[in-house]
Amino acid sequence: MQEGRVLSTREINRDLLRSILDTPRWFWPVVTVLGLILLVAAIAIGIMVNRGLGVTGLNRPVAWGFFITNFVFWIGISHAGVMLSAILRLAKAEWRRPATRAAEVLTLFSLMTAMIMPIVHTGRPWRILYWVFPYDFARGIWPNIRTPLVWDPSAILTYLTSSTLFVIIALVPDFAVLRDHTTGIAHRVYSVLAMGWEGNARQWKLQIVAGVLLSALILPVFVSVHSIVSWDFGMAAAVKSWHSTVFAPYFVVGAVHSGVSAVAFALILLRWCYGWQDYIRHEHIDALGRLLIVVATGWFYFLVMEILFGMYGREADELMVRQTQFTYWPYNFWFILFVITTYFIPVALWLSRAWRRNLWIMSIACISVNIGMWLERFLIIVPGLINKQLFTFVWADYRPSIFEYIIIGSTFALVTLLMLLFSRVFPLVPLYDVKEGDVLRTQVQIGRRTVPATFRED
Amino acid sequence: MVTSRIDHKWGMVVDLDRCNGCQACVIACQVENNLPINDKNAFLQNRAYEWIRIERYWEGDYPNIKARFIPVMCQHCENAPCEPVCPVFATYHNDEGLNVQIYNRCVGTRYCINNCPYQVRFFNYWHPNWPERLQNQLNPDVTVRTRGITEKCTFCIQRLRRGQIQVERRAGGELNDGTLKSGNHMPACVQACPTNALTFGDQNDVHSPVKPYFEDVNRYNIHHEKERKTRGYRVLEEMNTKPNVIYLKKVDPNLGGGHHG
Ligand code: SF4
Ligand code: SF4
Repeated sequence: MQEGRVLSTREINRDLLRSILDTPRWFWPVVTVLGLILLVAAIAIGIMVNRGLGVTGLNRPVAWGFFITNFVFWIGISHAGVMLSAILRLAKAEWRRPATRAAEVLTLFSLMTAMIMPIVHTGRPWRILYWVFPYDFARGIWPNIRTPLVWDPSAILTYLTSSTLFVIIALVPDFAVLRDHTTGIAHRVYSVLAMGWEGNARQWKLQIVAGVLLSALILPVFVSVHSIVSWDFGMAAAVKSWHSTVFAPYFVVGAVHSGVSAVAFALILLRWCYGWQDYIRHEHIDALGRLLIVVATGWFYFLVMEILFGMYGREADELMVRQTQFTYWPYNFWFILFVITTYFIPVALWLSRAWRRNLWIMSIACISVNIGMWLERFLIIVPGLINKQLFTFVWADYRPSIFEYIIIGSTFALVTLLMLLFSRVFPLVPLYDVKEGDVLRTQVQIGRRTVPATFRED
Repeated sequence: MVTSRIDHKWGMVVDLDRCNGCQACVIACQVENNLPINDKNAFLQNRAYEWIRIERYWEGDYPNIKARFIPVMCQHCENAPCEPVCPVFATYHNDEGLNVQIYNRCVGTRYCINNCPYQVRFFNYWHPNWPERLQNQLNPDVTVRTRGITEKCTFCIQRLRRGQIQVERRAGGELNDGTLKSGNHMPACVQACPTNALTFGDQNDVHSPVKPYFEDVNRYNIHHEKERKTRGYRVLEEMNTKPNVIYLKKVDPNLGGGHHG
């Protein structure tokens, strides 16, 4: 039996454009609350810039803390976009269709949010220009290309550019639909954005070729971004638990794990907010859950390897870091919570088909993964710095201050707000992709069972 | 005025047998280099500035317990891990064997702090403040660093530069171990140490007291440690950072040979 009704084009347009054409009642209150959170965070950042980084809990051994943790976390989330759109597109996984746009947009916004973090982290944001952009002709000094901190902005900006292109190319046909559904200023804006889209055969062909090309080209970028972020740590010879070769694949798989979970959660939220039951169906969430079991298990393998490689050398300082992670309060608590929330709770939930189709349980599993992945980054960054090298005399603990908590919390509000605003202006479920999926959808008879299938021309 | 070029390679030797943990070097450094006063808060926040610090370790069990002191300053690594990670070249190696920090280039990523195995880099979390009556004691030869940048031991480069100007340019002579001492062109900690635990000199100067130690330690690397003729070793030698600071082991007849306990 085919899940979900077969909808007419008119119905699809009406439902999916509902988020844009009329304002839901909860919209403004939610936006106001999120805006207030951001305002508080802006004040906190203002105070921090004015008085100095002393207001944070950072200290002498722990020079990187919450901000960098959060940076890595949001970079991780941003890996969902390409995973879902590019890889699944190339793999022709049909169930990806409604999820792609939300995933790509989440990629964009989480990348932007991630980029704020190092800027906040340095304490004097205006100086960053001179590191990120090689503009410094007057002094004749170019950035030092040996440092991962220069590879970072290059990789992230490349990723941001290519994902933006990806989103725009996928949006063009939908802009055309919007152009035809609006009047006045909105009509004119969408006309410009639609770039003269008429939906003729040549335009479709170009659009599809561009999409496939970009999918293929973006894949190396996808792998490189989080690898390079992991080398921020991997290249640090002086911090024992960071200096590990397994970090690049470990971080990439971890990023996909947290990113895809975040997208699944975002889809559930959107379905609930805008009543898109016919588009984001249980089968889609179910498929994401099945994908996540594989990703989570791959990630777990790397986690075990990372610990094993670390302990295998039996170096006193490395063992000390592990001891901190596993046995010292509060890190032992965070460590147990991290392993349980990242792997054991969600995978146990995903193993059951009924639970994968229960949206509440899926939400819990997806949130749990992201709590765990945040803790993972924290547990990598901080214990390594607390017990850096054998100079026990200068070991010290790290207590984040209220400023760090506020700023970290606000990044979640920022991404949510950006997603909400986006959903008011652009369709978050790609109209043409859903329609195409509907056209290709059919049923085949296998023995006594009828199963959903997809026709492909090629 | 151009003089003939003299290739210096500065180095320091720290004799752990002589250090008694008096902290005179720490204070001398504090005064010479315009370090902010480390008040109680600085220590409570783990943000005290000690370009040279005396690490104190306890060895043995009560009642045979001994305090051990290790002065740790920037080791001016030839193979410095802090240098390649700075995105803006705020820290780099100059041709005199010094690891130097350019304060107004620093953007504050703190990557170098993480990547220094000796933990001798300090970040200005707050703007430095001195009490009113201490404003006039600031050393005019040394920059007062603003908040948001990283700083560390410079081997008192201002004193070395003064020596180069006074001896090499004006007097036309050579800045060597003798002229370093006579003009007090050595680092403040070396000058202040009452027990002469710290020795500073030019590794390229044949008469320098530091030269034999560097030669010995360079000749026999970590794998041939046993063959060394002197007590010299480098801290965290296995990291291959090749510091320009050499430590001389403490020799304690009462504790060696497994007779303790
Ligand atoms: S001791 Fe630390 S700061 Fe000094 S050169 Fe070596 S790595 Fe750099
Ligand atoms: S001044 Fe000399 S004896 Fe005193 S702590 Fe410093 S190195 Fe040791």
